[in-house]
Amino acid sequence: MRFGRREILKELSIALGGRTVGLLGPNGAGKSTLIQTLLGFCPVASGTARIFGHDIRRELNKIRPLVGYMPENDSFIANMSAVSFVRMMGELSGLPAGVALERAHEVLFYVGLGEARYRQLGTYSLGMKQLAKLAQALVHGPRLLILDEPTNGLDPAARQRMVRLIREMKDAGEMHILLCSHLLRDVEDTCEEVLILKQGRIVHYSNLEEERRANKHFVEIETAGDDAGLAEELAGLGCSCKATGAGRFRMVLPDGFELREIYRVAARRDLQLRRLSHRRDTLEDIFLKAMEEAHGSL
Amino acid sequence: MAVYKRTYKTYSGPRTVPWSRFLILTRYSYSRLFQSKFIVLFLSACLFYPVGCLGFIYFSHNQELLALLSLGSAKFPAVDGRFFYTFCKIQGTLAYLLVALVGPGLISPDLANGAFPLYFSRPFSRTEYVAGKMALLVFLLSLITWVPGLVLYSVQGGLEGWDWTRDNLWLGGAIFFGLLLWIVILSLIALACSAWVKWKIAAGALVLAIFFAGAGFGAAVNNVLRTQYGGLISLNKIIYTIWGGLFRYDLGAELSLGQAWFVLALTCAICVWLLAKRIRPIEVIK
Repeated sequence: MRFGRREILKELSIALGGRTVGLLGPNGAGKSTLIQTLLGFCPVASGTARIFGHDIRRELNKIRPLVGYMPENDSFIANMSAVSFVRMMGELSGLPAGVALERAHEVLFYVGLGEARYRQLGTYSLGMKQLAKLAQALVHGPRLLILDEPTNGLDPAARQRMVRLIREMKDAGEMHILLCSHLLRDVEDTCEEVLILKQGRIVHYSNLEEERRANKHFVEIETAGDDAGLAEELAGLGCSCKATGAGRFRMVLPDGFELREIYRVAARRDLQLRRLSHRRDTLEDIFLKAMEEAHGSL
Repeated sequence: MAVYKRTYKTYSGPRTVPWSRFLILTRYSYSRLFQSKFIVLFLSACLFYPVGCLGFIYFSHNQELLALLSLGSAKFPAVDGRFFYTFCKIQGTLAYLLVALVGPGLISPDLANGAFPLYFSRPFSRTEYVAGKMALLVFLLSLITWVPGLVLYSVQGGLEGWDWTRDNLWLGGAIFFGLLLWIVILSLIALACSAWVKWKIAAGALVLAIFFAGAGFGAAVNNVLRTQYGGLISLNKIIYTIWGGLFRYDLGAELSLGQAWFVLALTCAICVWLLAKRIRPIEVIK
């Protein structure tokens, strides 16, 4: 993807199949451009992409009815009530007028704007406008929902509400969600997979669900006392164990291993077990590591 | 009050045919437009002249009534090319004022509020968007231009008889084609102004300026350079020249028909180019 002579997206090659995919990256990484390219807003210089098997270069008309898009910036029609706006957007997506009206009411209640649905959009607060944008993206029942910075400018309560809604939609299992954000917390709270971009390239892909599962197998312990031979004994139980010094050990536990075995071994050896913790790589750790790996520094 | 369950469900029912979706924009724009009492009043006022013409045609053919009013020997102007040319000039001017009122509010609010990504992320193209907005102006202006024009032609034909209708069939075509051409030009100019000027009032002023300033500048060029080519930048003169040709009415025009058609085609092309440049799902800032 190019803007003039400048290459914005390059060497992107990935298949995403998760229910909720987070698109992360620093400002200017190409997240929004990637979304706009998938929607056919920006022409592709070379290569292609497929959404539900449809080519974005040739089959946009088949893709667009399947996609709901919530843009990052203010996007609305000021002198229209929310219900008319959402209804019109539904009709433009191909819903018959009656169905669009019914679904507009439903979806506005769903996002929490039921009581304010007859108010003019121009009078809405920023948080309400974000919800109205979400409603218009949902009205036609898309299979893929693309959310570009959905929590931008929201106060903590409104952010919580938006994140809860995204999580509910994910749990309902009726659509895939592509969430673009630079707020790691939002992505961590809602997404199963994460794609990290930097300067238009993919620098990291991570399946957060697998990562979370894998983290449960990593344990760190800290002991006080004579720990000679502890590593070998734990290895004998099937753990991969490494002493890191000062009574600290890192272990990878086998499937089905019970933590009480570690306590038993420590008790038998008369060792004090001062700390036992699972490793927990936060998304922030993953993100920072990906940024460092990409260019050696932030 | 209806109570809706707080739930989300996908939609798998029937969908409307894609070709008709541009009319959705027209429908919504209409409903918003007629919320303005001023527009409704203005639209009604635009029909006064056609109603007057209708009365004139009726009276000029009603000998009994004329005799009753002692006007039996009065000489009425003929209902011919010149009559309909005058009709086009008056209704065309009103159409222009209506476009200056309605046109600027069509695209500029979408532009100001960044609504384009919402339209174009759906199965809805830029051409359909422009067609939807333009259809509003075409329907609205048709109501006060060629539709009453053809009604007058039909009434005249009905009162004069089949021979007159057959001999003057070209008049019906000239009314329809001449006014439709004017509607298309006005609509394209109004939409182009609306697409490039975010502020509605400024866009309206620009529409007015294009015609008034064009006419004024054209006259100034003619006077200063002692030429007739100044008429090429006056859209009024251009359309009058074309109407004169269509209604077979010699205006002693400064411009040739070929020149007028060329400028009109060029104006249309420029407006389409301006619309294509501006109406995009995303704004690329260089």
